[in-house]
Amino acid sequence: MSENLISVNNVSVDFDYQENFISKKQKIHAVNNINIKIKKGSFFGLVGESGSGKTTLGRAILGANKISSGNVIFHDDETDYDLTNINKQDLKEYRKKAQLIFQDPYAALSPRMTVRDIIAEPLEVMRITNSRQETDDRVRDIASKCRLNLEHLRRFPHAFSGGQRQRISIARALVSNPKFIVADESVAALDVSIQADILNLLKQLQNELNLTYLFISHDLSVVAHVCDIVAVMYLGHIVEMAPSRKLFKNPKHSYTKALLSSIPSIDPENKSKAIELKGEIPSALNPPSGCVFRTRCPNPCDNCRNGNTEMGLIEVEPGHWVDQCCVNCN
Amino acid sequence: MSHLLEVKNLDVKFDTDEGQITAVENISISIDQGEVLGIVGESGSGKSVTAKSIMQLNSGNTLYNEDAEIILDNENVLKFTSKQDLKKIRGGKVSMIFQEPMASFAPAIKIGNQMVEQLLIHKNINKDEAKSISINMLKRVGIADAEKRFNQYAFELSGGMRQRAMIAMALSTMPKLLLADEPTTALDVTIQAQVINLIKDIIKEYQMGVIFITHDLGVIAQVADHVAVMYLGSVVEKGPVNEILKNPKHPYTKGLLEALPDINNLDEPLRPIPGNIPSPLDRPTGCVFRTRCPNPCDNCRNGNTEMGLIEVEPGHWVDQCCINCG
Ligand SMILES: Nc1ncnc2c1ncn2[C@@H]1O[C@H](COP(=O)(O)OP(=O)(O)OP(=O)(O)O)[C@@H](O)[C@H]1O
Ligand SMILES: Nc1ncnc2c1ncn2[C@@H]1O[C@H](COP(=O)(O)OP(=O)(O)OP(=O)(O)O)[C@@H](O)[C@H]1O
Ligand code: SF4
Ligand code: SF4
Ligand SMILES: [Mg+2]
Ligand SMILES: [Mg+2]
Repeated sequence: MSENLISVNNVSVDFDYQENFISKKQKIHAVNNINIKIKKGSFFGLVGESGSGKTTLGRAILGANKISSGNVIFHDDETDYDLTNINKQDLKEYRKKAQLIFQDPYAALSPRMTVRDIIAEPLEVMRITNSRQETDDRVRDIASKCRLNLEHLRRFPHAFSGGQRQRISIARALVSNPKFIVADESVAALDVSIQADILNLLKQLQNELNLTYLFISHDLSVVAHVCDIVAVMYLGHIVEMAPSRKLFKNPKHSYTKALLSSIPSIDPENKSKAIELKGEIPSALNPPSGCVFRTRCPNPCDNCRNGNTEMGLIEVEPGHWVDQCCVNCN
Repeated sequence: MSHLLEVKNLDVKFDTDEGQITAVENISISIDQGEVLGIVGESGSGKSVTAKSIMQLNSGNTLYNEDAEIILDNENVLKFTSKQDLKKIRGGKVSMIFQEPMASFAPAIKIGNQMVEQLLIHKNINKDEAKSISINMLKRVGIADAEKRFNQYAFELSGGMRQRAMIAMALSTMPKLLLADEPTTALDVTIQAQVINLIKDIIKEYQMGVIFITHDLGVIAQVADHVAVMYLGSVVEKGPVNEILKNPKHPYTKGLLEALPDINNLDEPLRPIPGNIPSPLDRPTGCVFRTRCPNPCDNCRNGNTEMGLIEVEPGHWVDQCCINCG
């Protein structure tokens, strides 16, 4: 039996861009040749620039986005499912075991269903519970764990605050006891106290049920606290990946360094010591050759600057992977 | 000089099957030109509802109290009913960056067309000018290939690009008052810094006033001049940003700061404020925080106090129950 739950092998995802019907189609390279393994029972963090492909990668792993090349394997107890080549029956099984918490709950929650029905839906569709009573009990249990008021379960989603809606989608993802969860910016709309509650709940489920997470977030302090391993994305590529503490203590890639330096201080008098990124923000329609970060890198070497390097992760310390251009550079 | 915006004694209730729900109680805040008021507080405490009141955007079952006033440029916007007047507060003098970007872009219209359309409604310019203003704004919020992104639908953008497109749209009309509701939740910290600098530049240039709602206390520290802290529909503390973050007086504010994950101390467990959030149908009498307060006095505990802010240091206001309590 594999110690990994998910293997992502050389995965790329492209989207089409077309100005209008007559103009020629171009490709948006959203995700480029990604390789990651997610261990069973681990909290795998994914951080990086807005638009770098995190949501796309998460959705591809769930079979919710087409994969242009490469494959994703889900290692269940006895069976390996290849998501790029999966039959309908197996996909149905997989969907029971893997859940997505959407980045934008507003778009994900059906406006015409009550919150009770929204949370209960996975139980009913998958026929997990045997009676209405049992369903209601599970809904109430998970709703209160997600800090929702039980009096409000008969309401429709529009009558909630942004953070309450976010907790509804967390409850819906957790209610069926899945094995794997992609949590996409799932605590971004919560105040830090309720956020701490929800994170403690997710950690508890990780320990008790061996639940595995792909945790996508811009909040680096949160990621540092909950994740075991963190991968950093920039323009479709993973540029660095390491056990969480190593990454935050000793970042090696120039983009990671810039990112960590930009965390805003909660001391108003402590004005930023952020590494400023100048230069043109590159486009996924037309990514730079060589290192994708070179157009904004504060200290590229000549080879980088001219786009003469080739990207790819290498292991610089046990478990600490960095893009090879950057390692050779410094 | 009078304030750009003054909200006086605002209550907001929702009339629902469950009964009347109090979302906001007796809020008074003011903002001057060129000032940023940060609002922080519990999820569900009434931050978005307060902001939407200023544009009269709360849902049909909303009840405002008779004596509430929201004075913008010397007019009470709560009294606005005509199309002409409402236009002033919905995209004219006031723009809003909504908490959920998907909710504010129509799914079947390209984002560029939506930006242009709203500029044409509120500004006396032609289509080409509107297009170039929009593309320029998209560039300023860090969207690469802005000319191409201009031609895409909201679902084709990443979460953070959508959020930035909405910021660009809200800023493009150069409102007098900007309501920014969790505007940077989908942005990485480098782009967040860029967007915050852009907003600061525009504040300086146009003397825009801003309400900046966020859960990110680091962002608050970097943008806000003043901060109001909300819990269960009430402002429990407000004052200059430095005071609130370094010298908080109210137990809710203190609890919030203690719950903040510290990136320099990863061995510390995350510390939520203990206790359950009361149901809005069952608002505590007296101090709203008393059911979760670590050390309420007997008066508080029995709900025998009356809420109301008093000034404890110049500009620093705290709920009076708490001050009398010690
Ligand atoms: N249409 C409605 N009908 C009934 N209750 C509502 C309605 N809209 C909002 N509420 C309630 O009003 C309260 C305040 O909501 P609001 O959206 O202002 O919270 P918030 O402070 O912005 O929270 P968050 O940080 O989670 O976005 C919440 O308890 C919410 O459930
Ligand atoms: N359905 C789609 N059609 C076309 N392009 C898309 C689609 N979905 C995503 N993209 C593009 O793929 C790229 C990566 O987007 P993605 O949503 O994965 O980014 P992200 O890392 O999640 O960003 P954010 O942090 O802003 O949410 C972007 O350039 C985006 O415009
Ligand atoms: S490889 Fe070169 S250009 Fe790229 S991030 Fe490293 S130093 Fe900068
Ligand atoms: S007024 Fe009393 S109960 Fe309320 S927060 Fe202050 S000390 Fe606690
Ligand atoms: Mg995303
Ligand atoms: Mg809100």
